[in-house]
Amino acid sequence: MIDKIRSADRRRVGILTSVGDRWRALPKWQKAIGVVALLVFLYHLPYLGKLPGGLMIPGLNNLRTDSIEGGNNWAGVLFVCAIYVLVAIGLNVVVGLAGLLDLGYIGFFAIGAYSVALFGSVNSPVVKWIQQEFNLPPTWAVTWGICLLLAIVLTMISGVLLGWPTLRLRGDYLAIVTLGFGEIIRIVARNATGVTNGPVGISAIPGPEGPPSADNKVFGLIDAKPWYWLAITFVLLMVVLVRRLEHSRVGRAWLAVREDEDAAAVMGVYPFKFKLWAFAMGAALGGLSGFLFGSRNAFIDPTQFNANLSILFVAMVVVGGSGNMIGVSLGAVLLAYLPERFRDFADYRWLVFGLAMVLVMILRPQGLIPSRRRARELKDRAAEAEEAPAHV
Amino acid sequence: MSDQTTSTSAPKIPAQPGPRSVLLEVDDVTLRFGGVVALDKINFQIYEGEILGLIGPNGAGKTTSFNVMTGVYKPTSGAVRFRGQKVTGRKPHQISQLGISRTFQNIRLFPEMTALENVMVGTDSRHKTSVPGALFRLPRRKPKPHELPQVTAASGIVRNWQQVRRTFAKTFGLSRHILEERAAEAKALELLRFVGIADRANDEARNLPYGYQRRLEIARALATEPKLICLDEPAAGFNPAEKEELLTLIRNIRDMGLTVLLIEHDMRLVMGVTDRIVVLEFGRKIAEGAPAEVSRDPRVIAAYLGEPADDAA
Repeated sequence: MIDKIRSADRRRVGILTSVGDRWRALPKWQKAIGVVALLVFLYHLPYLGKLPGGLMIPGLNNLRTDSIEGGNNWAGVLFVCAIYVLVAIGLNVVVGLAGLLDLGYIGFFAIGAYSVALFGSVNSPVVKWIQQEFNLPPTWAVTWGICLLLAIVLTMISGVLLGWPTLRLRGDYLAIVTLGFGEIIRIVARNATGVTNGPVGISAIPGPEGPPSADNKVFGLIDAKPWYWLAITFVLLMVVLVRRLEHSRVGRAWLAVREDEDAAAVMGVYPFKFKLWAFAMGAALGGLSGFLFGSRNAFIDPTQFNANLSILFVAMVVVGGSGNMIGVSLGAVLLAYLPERFRDFADYRWLVFGLAMVLVMILRPQGLIPSRRRARELKDRAAEAEEAPAHV
Repeated sequence: MSDQTTSTSAPKIPAQPGPRSVLLEVDDVTLRFGGVVALDKINFQIYEGEILGLIGPNGAGKTTSFNVMTGVYKPTSGAVRFRGQKVTGRKPHQISQLGISRTFQNIRLFPEMTALENVMVGTDSRHKTSVPGALFRLPRRKPKPHELPQVTAASGIVRNWQQVRRTFAKTFGLSRHILEERAAEAKALELLRFVGIADRANDEARNLPYGYQRRLEIARALATEPKLICLDEPAAGFNPAEKEELLTLIRNIRDMGLTVLLIEHDMRLVMGVTDRIVVLEFGRKIAEGAPAEVSRDPRVIAAYLGEPADDAA
């Protein structure tokens, strides 16, 4: 039975990859139209199924999470999907491209969230201490934009600090150490009450318009649409940047190290350097995601960063298709969206969720959209190569 | 590796009399794994521009000495020097930078990457772009005329777009990343053509036939711009016709100005292509010299065929 499903599945993979090939073969202007259409779709998503004048499109409307009883705010769910996509893209750099199993990714997410909380909120002990030291007014805190930079820099530094001693380890050993790292961050956040307020948490975390208040016109607590648009903008920007890395010397070095570290070293790739870069880049993306999470939530405490989320993050990458950015994004969206959409299954939804994961792993161990290295565009040059006689 | 490289077998450079410059020197190298002596005071030199064969029965220490030369193993004592610089103690990627490259006895390509990408990993080792350069396309420099984007369309919006790109490149320069990518791709393709597998450039390495994989390894090793290339049993599993092609390829590599170190079991291949041969047995060097001399050496014959029963004692 399973074999039958698998062989049917293989045909479907064939179709999927041929879709990819056909897309790559399209002329540039058609691709441009496709990209613009996708952008319009993404930015329009909060209004999915809604027409002006309060009308609903039945089929599309049912996709929304607020179409069911007790469902969450649709734009809010979209925001969570977007920050999870960011996490998945970052973790994909580490796990999918460089082949380093990182089970403590929540640590970077937490550091990102805490860096906006600790420096941006007037309630944080750190900001209070700075106010006291430098005689600043009690309303003073670091602006959101600078917190963003701080979050990225701090997570990159923490990625390097974690990677420096541990990247000598390979495979499972690295996974265990990183799992420990995630837990250490959470426990430190809980116990270092003098710095992080401990289990009490930190409130009044600012958004782009400053600390949460009723005066905020765009980035308020109620309407999640602007938050989603902000997050999706970050996602698109990061997709462009990570793609640049993927299709450069760095991306090739990551793949080479993943495939055969010793052979890569003999070919002149310094594995340690590129693994450290992968950690730093992955950490920065996780931190950015955590930063958006903290900023939107306006309140964080250590319980929001437990190890289960780390496992969920790895699951997104593995289910979606490790190494393929579109695949892992799909994985992230599904794992964030499905539990919300099927909220009316109440407690059974986690059972269904687990079953679905097991099924995916049995039927498609390579993930929903497996990675396939893009054939380089060598149209004219390939033709040239065929014409030229081989020299051997 | 220009297009002038012909497929006719190049004439063998006769061993020149007098001193030649030493490229690599293996100086009293000993390597022990616990109680096992894998290499026992090995001494030999590789001269610039020659093809040196390293032969010996299984377990003689051929691949081990390769691993010492490329930094995979660190010798217990002794040193390897490359153009006067110490190789021992350096990391594998630094040794590759020095100009030593190798292939592997059991093929070790990057299976999920295309053939072209495999070679590009090698060319990358001479490039500088790292994460910031790839992310932000910096630093930029003024492009030479032939590097500028070409305006090919006759008219219309495509032409306008191409003109915009050309002007942009003229004003703001091209990033080192782009130039290096182009150079890497062009060179990788040229190398694939040189070893004769350019027709499968876009196939993943794991999908290539065996002979292609072997030659891809050579192309990848050449891509790091080595002075010395070490081939570890490149003809293993080849049929006679393929071996003949390989011989030509090895000679062509030498004619490019490279020095070749060749480990090979096939005695006919070794005798046909090498200038000198070093013979190892049980981690010791038992003979060294021109192919004809070595093949007459009684110790070598004994090592390969065993001692004749009558002559024993």
